[in-house]
Order: sequence, then C-alpha cells, then structure tokens
Amino acid sequence: MEKFFNIVQSVPLNHYILLSCILFSIGVIGVLTRRNAIVIFMSVELMLNAVNLLLAVFSVFRNDPSGQVFVFFVMALAAAEVAVGLAIIVMVYRNTSSIDINVLNKLKW
Amino acid sequence: MDKYIWLIPVLPLIGFVINGLGRNLLPKAVIGLIGTLLVFAAFGISIATFSQIHETGKAINVTLFQWINAGAMKIPFAFLVDQLSAIMLLIITGVGTLIHLYSAGYMSHDEGFGKFFAYLNLFVFFMLLLVMGSNYVIMFIGWEGVGLCSYLLIGFWYTNPDYADAAKKAFIMNRIGDLGFLLAIFVMVNVFGSASYNVIFAKVKMLEPGFWVITVITLLLFVGATGKSAQIPLFTWLPDAMAGPTPVSALIHAATMVTAGIYMIARSNALFSFAPVTMDIIAYIGLATALFAALIALTQTDIKKVLAYSTVSQLGYMFLGLGVGAFTGGFFHVITHAFFKALLFLGAGSVIHAMSGDQDMRNMGGLWKKVPITAWTMLIGTIAIAGIPPFSGFFSKDEILAHTYEHSKWMYGVGVLTAMLTSFYMFRLVFLTFFGKFRGTHEQEHHLHESPASMTIPLIVLAILSMVGGLIGVPHVLGGHHELAHFLKPVFDNPSLHNKVEELPASTEFMLMGLSVGVAVLALIYAWVKYVKNKHVPVRDGEERSLLATLSYNKFYVDELYDFLIRKPLDTASNFLYLVVDKMGIDGIVNAFGSAPLESSKGLRLLQSGNVGFYIFIMVIGVIAVLAYSLGLTDILHK
Repeated sequence: MEKFFNIVQSVPLNHYILLSCILFSIGVIGVLTRRNAIVIFMSVELMLNAVNLLLAVFSVFRNDPSGQVFVFFVMALAAAEVAVGLAIIVMVYRNTSSIDINVLNKLKW
Repeated sequence: MDKYIWLIPVLPLIGFVINGLGRNLLPKAVIGLIGTLLVFAAFGISIATFSQIHETGKAINVTLFQWINAGAMKIPFAFLVDQLSAIMLLIITGVGTLIHLYSAGYMSHDEGFGKFFAYLNLFVFFMLLLVMGSNYVIMFIGWEGVGLCSYLLIGFWYTNPDYADAAKKAFIMNRIGDLGFLLAIFVMVNVFGSASYNVIFAKVKMLEPGFWVITVITLLLFVGATGKSAQIPLFTWLPDAMAGPTPVSALIHAATMVTAGIYMIARSNALFSFAPVTMDIIAYIGLATALFAALIALTQTDIKKVLAYSTVSQLGYMFLGLGVGAFTGGFFHVITHAFFKALLFLGAGSVIHAMSGDQDMRNMGGLWKKVPITAWTMLIGTIAIAGIPPFSGFFSKDEILAHTYEHSKWMYGVGVLTAMLTSFYMFRLVFLTFFGKFRGTHEQEHHLHESPASMTIPLIVLAILSMVGGLIGVPHVLGGHHELAHFLKPVFDNPSLHNKVEELPASTEFMLMGLSVGVAVLALIYAWVKYVKNKHVPVRDGEERSLLATLSYNKFYVDELYDFLIRKPLDTASNFLYLVVDKMGIDGIVNAFGSAPLESSKGLRLLQSGNVGFYIFIMVIGVIAVLAYSLGLTDILHK
C-alpha cells in the first residue's frame, strides 16, 4: 500500500487537478452540446468520475481514507442513477420514438 | 299644566308611529282622523298652556331628563314654554290642525295617503320640539328634523325626477345654514359653557355690547336662519320646494318651518341686541330679500311660484323687522303671515284641485263663479297680505315699516316700494285666476268644481283669522293697546330694544300708514286696470318679453349664477379629483402593484422554454457564477 501511495505521490498534485478539470470540462461540454440523451448520460458519468479521481488523489496526498469512502458512495449513487436514468430514457424512447432531448420541450410555463 | 306639557310634541309623534306603521293597513278615513285629531289634541293642550302663561305671566320650565352629561357640559332634555313659544305652539298646532284637515280632502285620491300623514305628523313633532326646547341643542334637533320632513315632503312624489331634485336642493341648501347654526352652538358651548337659553342670556348681559365673540355667534346663527327661512343667498330652494303637495307648502313652507329662523333670532334677542353689526346685516339682507323676491314674483305665472316668492319676500320683511329692532313687529308678522299665507296656499291648492292639477295662471280666469268659497277666502288673504286695513297684514307690516322709518329713511322707502309690489303681484294673481274669462281647455272647464267641505272649512277659518288676526296688535295711535307687545314684553325685555316708535308723533305715524295703504291701493287699481279692464294675459313661454320682464321671469338668473359660481367649479374640482387623483393616482398605484408581477412574470416565463439543454446551460452558468462569487468573496475576506 505504501508503495502504491508513493507511486501516486510521484506525480505532482497539480497534474491530477488539471486532469480532473479537463475531464470535468469535457463532461460539461458534452452535456451542453449533445442532443442525444445517452451521450449526455455518458458525459454526466465523465463528470462524476472526474470528481471521483480528484477525491481519491486528495485522499492519498492527505493520508485521509475518508476521501476514498466518498468515492464508493459516489459510485453506488452513480449506479443507481444510471438504473433510473436509463429507465427514463427507455420510456422516453417508447413515447416519442426518439432520444433527442430537444423533443422533450413540452414542460414549460 | 306643567306635568302635561310633554304631551304636546308626543301626541303628533304617536300619530307618526301609528300612521307610519299602519300606512298600508289602516283605511284612509282612520289615518286622516288619527293624524288630525292628535294634532288637534296637542292644540287643546297648547291653548291650556297659553292661557296659563297669559294669566300668570310666568314661563314654564320642565326638565324631562338629563340627556348629555359629559364632564362640565350638561345638556338636559328640557322644555321651556314662555310667551314666545306659547304663541308658536298655537300657530303650529292650530294651523297644523287645519292643514291636516285640508289634507284629508286634498290628498284623498293619492296612493301615499298614509305616508303623507305620517310625515306631516312627524313634521309637527319636530317643529314643536324646535320651539319648546330650553336649549339650543334641542332646538337643533327640531331644526334638523323639520329639515328632514321638508325634504321627505317636497320629494313626496319622488317618481318625478324634478321633484326629487327640488327636495335634494332644499336639503343641501338647508345643510349650509345648519352648519352655521351648529358652529354657533359649538362657540356658545365653548364660550358660555352651556347651551341653555337661561344661562347664555344671563351671562351675555355681563359682556360689553358689540363684543366680537357675540358678533360671531349671532352671525353664525343668522347663517342658520338664512338657510331655514330662505333669505339671500340661500333662498332659491323655497320656490323649488313648491314641488311638494300644496298642504305641505302651506304648513311647512309658509306658516311654520320657514319662520323657524325668525323664531330663533327672536328667541336669542338677548344675544342679537348685543351685536349691532349683525342686526344691521339682518336688516339689509331682509330688505334685499323682500325687494328681490317681490320683483321676481311680479312676472311668475305658476300660481304656487307667485306665493312662494311672496313668502320669501314676507320673510324678508320679518327679518327687516328683527334687524331694525322691532322684535315684536317681526314676530307679529310671523303670526299674521301664518294665517294669510297658509290661507293663500290652501286656496291655491283648492284652485289647482279644481283645475285638475294645472298650476298655470295663464290657463285660469273666471273661476269666481265656479269656486266661490275659495275665491272669497283668497281675496281676503290677498287683502290681508297687501296690507290694506283692517285686515291682519296691515298691522304687522305697518309696525315693521314704522320701526324701519325710525331706523333709516331710505330703508323705509324700499320697504314701501316692496309693499306696493306685494299688493300688485297678489292682486294680479287674484285677477288672473278668478276674473275675466276661462282660458283653459274644455275638459278642465267641464271639470271645474268647488272643493269638498274638509278643504273649504280650513279656508274659512283661516280667512276669519286673516281678517281679525291683526287685532291682537292694534297700535296706540289707532286706539288699541297692542296686546301682543304687552304679552311678549317678558321675552323681549331688553333695554336696547325699547320701542322708539311710541315716541313718534301721531301725525307721522298716520302719515306712514297712509303712505303704505295708499301705495297698496294704487297697486291694486293698477293691477285691476291691467288685468281686468284691459284683459292683459302674461305671454306664453318663448314669446317676446321686455328686458326687465325677462329678468324677473327667469328669477334674475340666480339659479344659473349659483350654477356657474358654485356647482360648475365644484363639479370640475370633483371631476378632477375623480378622474385624475382617484382614477389615475390612487387606482394607478394600486393597479401597478397588481400589474407589475403580472407583466414581469410575462417576461420571465419565456425563460421556461422547456428546452432541457438550455436549462442545463443556465445551471452551469449559475454554478460558475456562484463559484466565482464565493471565490472572489473569500479572496476579499483574506485580503
């Protein structure tokens, strides 16, 4: 374990943060620009995992395991979210024969 | 007697309650009987009261209960019946009984018979309260009450909008006067600490004559009197008040209510004699009103309008009498005027009854043979009002004129001129109505008939009173004792009011009498020549009149003047307040509070496009903004 920590710490923290930011930004941009619900979903996963990465790295650098515990929580939550989200997408597809989110603009004022 | 005095006003009140509640249940005969008999019973008690006062010479003071008891101010519900109010009681209940009797005949075909008698009884109640109260507050209750009854009775046929307007006009003009009276009461309570006659009159004697507070009080009281007694500038309601049934005109607008102002000033003689300025103003206003109304009466063609302006003119005479210090004379004229003017109005009512409701003298003529009793009695009333001896009007008018002569020569001249005009327009009325040939339609001619006994009996009684009523005040110079002056002496016992006329040489007095009788007879002859011999008939509406006649016929455009000076600016101001201040200003603010959320939400709802991508975009922007803000904030805090 000690060795693994050393490997992780051998890369400077800034690099991890930068990587996370890039991953997160890609996720955000994906969510904003894509119309396909599944791609948006995938982008959301990307954002979640960017955060997970950051949590794990900070946990290692600060010698505090609670960060990694949070990662497990996020993973469990993401799994649940995927289950519900995919179900919604399936229903949307059955109702509109499309998974384009711009078709779903009935809910307004 | 003191124990039963409260019955005098209460009896008509009982009549009001019975007739008011049973107006649709009781048969007309019963209603008429109750209304008339109860007032007659009050008349009986009034006679008993009068004779007691006549014998003992003492005023009756009865406190029924303490009414207002607030700190230092105590206003009891108390009656004071002295010589002055005893005479008023006799006039109100006596003439009131006759007019009730007359109404039973005159109104017999009217649907609102019960209502009419209820109002009439209520009026008598309030009028009695007005004259019997022992302080100004009770008087004010009566004062307002008679105003209310006057309003109700003028607008009795309220389905006619003109009549309803006349009622409103009377009410509003009276309100202006009432405000003056009310303010006077406030000032008196403030200055003297009481509203009781006895207290105020005793305290005022300790003040200096001409003290400005007294002048203010008396002027305010006089404002009240101008409203109720139809003097310039508040006189225009009285001619319009003729919209009411004729018995109402006779009782309220000739014999009793309109003399309330004179009663009030006569009652307050102790105050007024301390305010020479007010006395002068009263004299001038009275004189101006007398002349002005007489000028208008000259050309009126509606029989009731002539009498209405004549009433205004005669009231002006009474105020002239009060103003020049002839309190007895002024009050004497109240008494005689009550007789002959009630007679004239009732006679006019009888004529209108015969004419099937037509009031235009241009359609009358030659009624003498058809309605002989009415004609004779009206002729007697006319002679009385014209001031031809020995009928009642001569004595009272002459007393006023003699005092006026003593006061100021030119005012006497105007007074005599007015007397001449009075004689002319009254004989014009008689000649146009009863002489010559009938000018109405065939239908009307066919229908002409003398009125029933219930209407002619009051006429005959009043005619007799108009003939002999003046004998209570025959002056010394004609060999009389002036019973009235002696009787009223305790009331007008005021050093500043001593009778100067008695100091006039007899020859001067005879000269004055001769002059006023002479001009009256001259006017009579001129009227006879013009309307009987030359058969002149006033021109129809729309035809050419001389300039002066046009002015007089149109009442000198006083109504139009008031319209222009008061109603129009008021209308404009209230329209401004309504349209600009209320509608735009206040409503605008209130509506703005409603429309601001509405309008802004109309704009904001466009953000809810339903486009999920857009929502997310906004969310991200929001997150970034929050992030930037909190980071920036921590930066600032750290620095």
